Amino acid sequence: MLNYIGKRVLQLIPVLLGMSFIVFLIIRAIPGNPAQVILGQKATQESIAALEEKLGLNNPWYVQYFDYLKGLFTGDLGESLRTSQPISSEIWPYLAATIELAVFAMIIAIIVGVNAGIISAWFQNSWFDYVAMVIALIGVSMPIFWLGLIEQWVFSLNLDWLPTSGREDVRNPISPITNFYLIDTLIQGRFDQFGIVIKHLILPGVALATIPTAIIARMTRSSMLEVMRSDYVRTARAKGQKMFLVVYKHALKNALIPVLTVIGLQTGLLLGGAILTETIFSWPGIGRYIYEAIGYRDYTVIQSGILVVAFIFVMINLIVDLLYTVIDKRIKYS
Amino acid sequence: MRNKKWLLGLFLTVILSLVLAACSEDDATTEGTDTGSKDSASEEETPQVLVFGRGGDSVSLDPAIVTDGESYKVTENIFETLLSFGDEDTTINPGLAKEWTVSEDGLTYTFELQEGVKFHDGTDFNAEAVVFNFERWTNGEAGEFPYYESMFTVGGEDVIASVEASGDYTVVFTLTRAQAPFLKNIAMSPFAIASPTAVEAAGETFGDNPVGTGPFKFVEWKRNDSITLAKNEEYWQEGLPKLDQLIIKVYPDNSARLNALVKGEIDLADGINPSDAESITSNADLQLIERPSMNVGYLGLTSTRKPFDNVLVRQAVNYAIDKKAIVDAFYQGYADVAVNPMPSSISGYNEEITGYEYDPEKAKALLAEAGYNGDEIELWAMPVARPYMPDGQKIAEAIQGYLEAVGIPSKITTYEWATYLEKATNGEADAFLLGWTGDNGDADNFLYTLLGSANIGSNNYSYYKNEEVDTLLTQAQTETDEEKRNGLYKQAQAIIFEEAPWAPIAHSTPLLAGKANVKGYLPHPTGSESLQNVYFE
Repeated sequence: MLNYIGKRVLQLIPVLLGMSFIVFLIIRAIPGNPAQVILGQKATQESIAALEEKLGLNNPWYVQYFDYLKGLFTGDLGESLRTSQPISSEIWPYLAATIELAVFAMIIAIIVGVNAGIISAWFQNSWFDYVAMVIALIGVSMPIFWLGLIEQWVFSLNLDWLPTSGREDVRNPISPITNFYLIDTLIQGRFDQFGIVIKHLILPGVALATIPTAIIARMTRSSMLEVMRSDYVRTARAKGQKMFLVVYKHALKNALIPVLTVIGLQTGLLLGGAILTETIFSWPGIGRYIYEAIGYRDYTVIQSGILVVAFIFVMINLIVDLLYTVIDKRIKYS
Repeated sequence: MRNKKWLLGLFLTVILSLVLAACSEDDATTEGTDTGSKDSASEEETPQVLVFGRGGDSVSLDPAIVTDGESYKVTENIFETLLSFGDEDTTINPGLAKEWTVSEDGLTYTFELQEGVKFHDGTDFNAEAVVFNFERWTNGEAGEFPYYESMFTVGGEDVIASVEASGDYTVVFTLTRAQAPFLKNIAMSPFAIASPTAVEAAGETFGDNPVGTGPFKFVEWKRNDSITLAKNEEYWQEGLPKLDQLIIKVYPDNSARLNALVKGEIDLADGINPSDAESITSNADLQLIERPSMNVGYLGLTSTRKPFDNVLVRQAVNYAIDKKAIVDAFYQGYADVAVNPMPSSISGYNEEITGYEYDPEKAKALLAEAGYNGDEIELWAMPVARPYMPDGQKIAEAIQGYLEAVGIPSKITTYEWATYLEKATNGEADAFLLGWTGDNGDADNFLYTLLGSANIGSNNYSYYKNEEVDTLLTQAQTETDEEKRNGLYKQAQAIIFEEAPWAPIAHSTPLLAGKANVKGYLPHPTGSESLQNVYFE
């Protein structure tokens, strides 16, 4: 098992290297000059030239790339061209904000999606099945941008239940420790603020969970349908097992493998930052961080930001692969 | 096997803790709401906290090293300049300097400083501090202090020869050449005086730990989220600021920001769409606030490209477009139709020019006279919304229609913003939408910056070059007699009008909105202002 993990982690190196190279080339292929963008419309030609020199943008691309790689191997993600902040320290609050939201959204998606899928499969062709699957179809095709604004309009402006956006009540701010506000408020014993943070998570969390919920529900349903027709399920039922136990204990376990794969992929996607959700809900996450960096041609932030996201994505996939062994004892890695 | 158990255990612990967290949610929530309502009930005793919502984050809080308006919105509250602009215009008023004199030849400026002013770190503000700041900027590397370079160097040569302290509270500036807008430049946000002790201590991180003399002190910056400032209790202006705390928070989406305002999460909101103005004026809890206009949105006609190398075609485009209709439709009337390249509030504006009226027949006649062959042109639409151009795409479509009507077929093209600017700088567009917001309310900042031939390759995107205009504009830069100077600008505008390097479209009034009980907020035409006079009623 440890061997396997070691091997998988080693395999990451070429993957990440290749990716960093591709990203590096692509962002340099698009037009637009970071020095020009940083200095603004009002800059003089001389100062643009000087800044290009200072940022090392005049070096040949392979020199820039190897400088960047050298930094990476010493754990240095580089400095933002625009804010001159070291990315390794700047990126954490954004990443934490995104992780908190993504985990929250995935919990909603898993609980709702898996159960909706199971019940749909259990009562196949019932009204519940039809309604759930139509909602799921709407869910996968929902424009998040629109959904977010409608949520704000209904739940904060009209019903006045929840705040419109942001991570915290700005008038009663949270002092970050880990930057996971749910954890920070607990550490500080500020239970009132813990509630406020949860309230802020609900609307963006639901918006973000919509698509994964729908995908998970559809996948669970089809996977469950297959398993429910298998012999061992029939045997269990013939033995007089309660239907609930058959479904949730015997069938679900075997149906879960493809669902877990989908969950892993979706979690990875959400952790990459959801630009639309983060924009509508003013969520200071990694998606907006990288997206805005593209607008400013902040090369180092784009490179390192995407690298970090990619790293998380592959790690999640590794974790999912390991979880297979927990669910299905027949799966063994060596 | 052991490994698996360990993993499973970890997994279960995580799930369990999450479930527990979710269970405690209800109690916590009610508690949270309680505190909320208490706050609003006893508003008078609670500190006055204002939350200002805006579209983007600051780049740095060191005003000297940035060029973006979002940074100045914050630094204007932390720092002060030697001179300040009027509340709603760009007249020169005392700031950290209470008096100033100019020598006959316009080469020596003497400033008498306010006494008893302290930086937020407790150090004294005095002549030495001013000298320190100017020396920092003069000795900066190229590109390090971009505004200092663009305002105080001409052709690579420093305008300021020396800055010397003569006594504790007197500073003498000696210039290498007369600079007419010198005092206006000195009042600009980037030239705010920072605490020398703090600059030296913080080094490159000064932008994260800004220390000035302004009405508010820096407290905290959560990047891409919020910046918190607190009242400077030792502020030298009696009774100011009125707020105890100022929080400036990012809401990237305009509609979401307005939602937050309606909900009461914020008190002031920047960047209101003209199309939302009506919903604000009809809401008794809100007020619509207009920022005085100091910008121009225009259609540039690149004079080095066919068919716009012919002045008759450029004039024809000006006759072809119904600018009034565009202003009514896309700025919802919150703009003036532009005639000259700068708004009428700027001194030196030529009022005798009335602009090209909407006359498609005349446009057709001019095109015929020019021998225009009907080749399709590229019409570039701005991909981003700016106060001077709220919807580049739709305005481009309208213009496309007007041009089509007089027989100029066009294709609308757009690029992502950084690309758009770079290509426009290279003169690759035939006709393009762009605009400009003034820095200091001086005619030079519009006419020379946007149409002087020295700025081809930077801000003169239309590649306009006219030697007479160049001479007038450079002459005006050193002319210290206000009336003569205005005369030069009026002449230049007359030539520019005839030559029509642009079709000027609008001088817009950027819109903001606030809660009805927010008083004393006067938005400044430059786009950034101190909120020291703001209070809640």
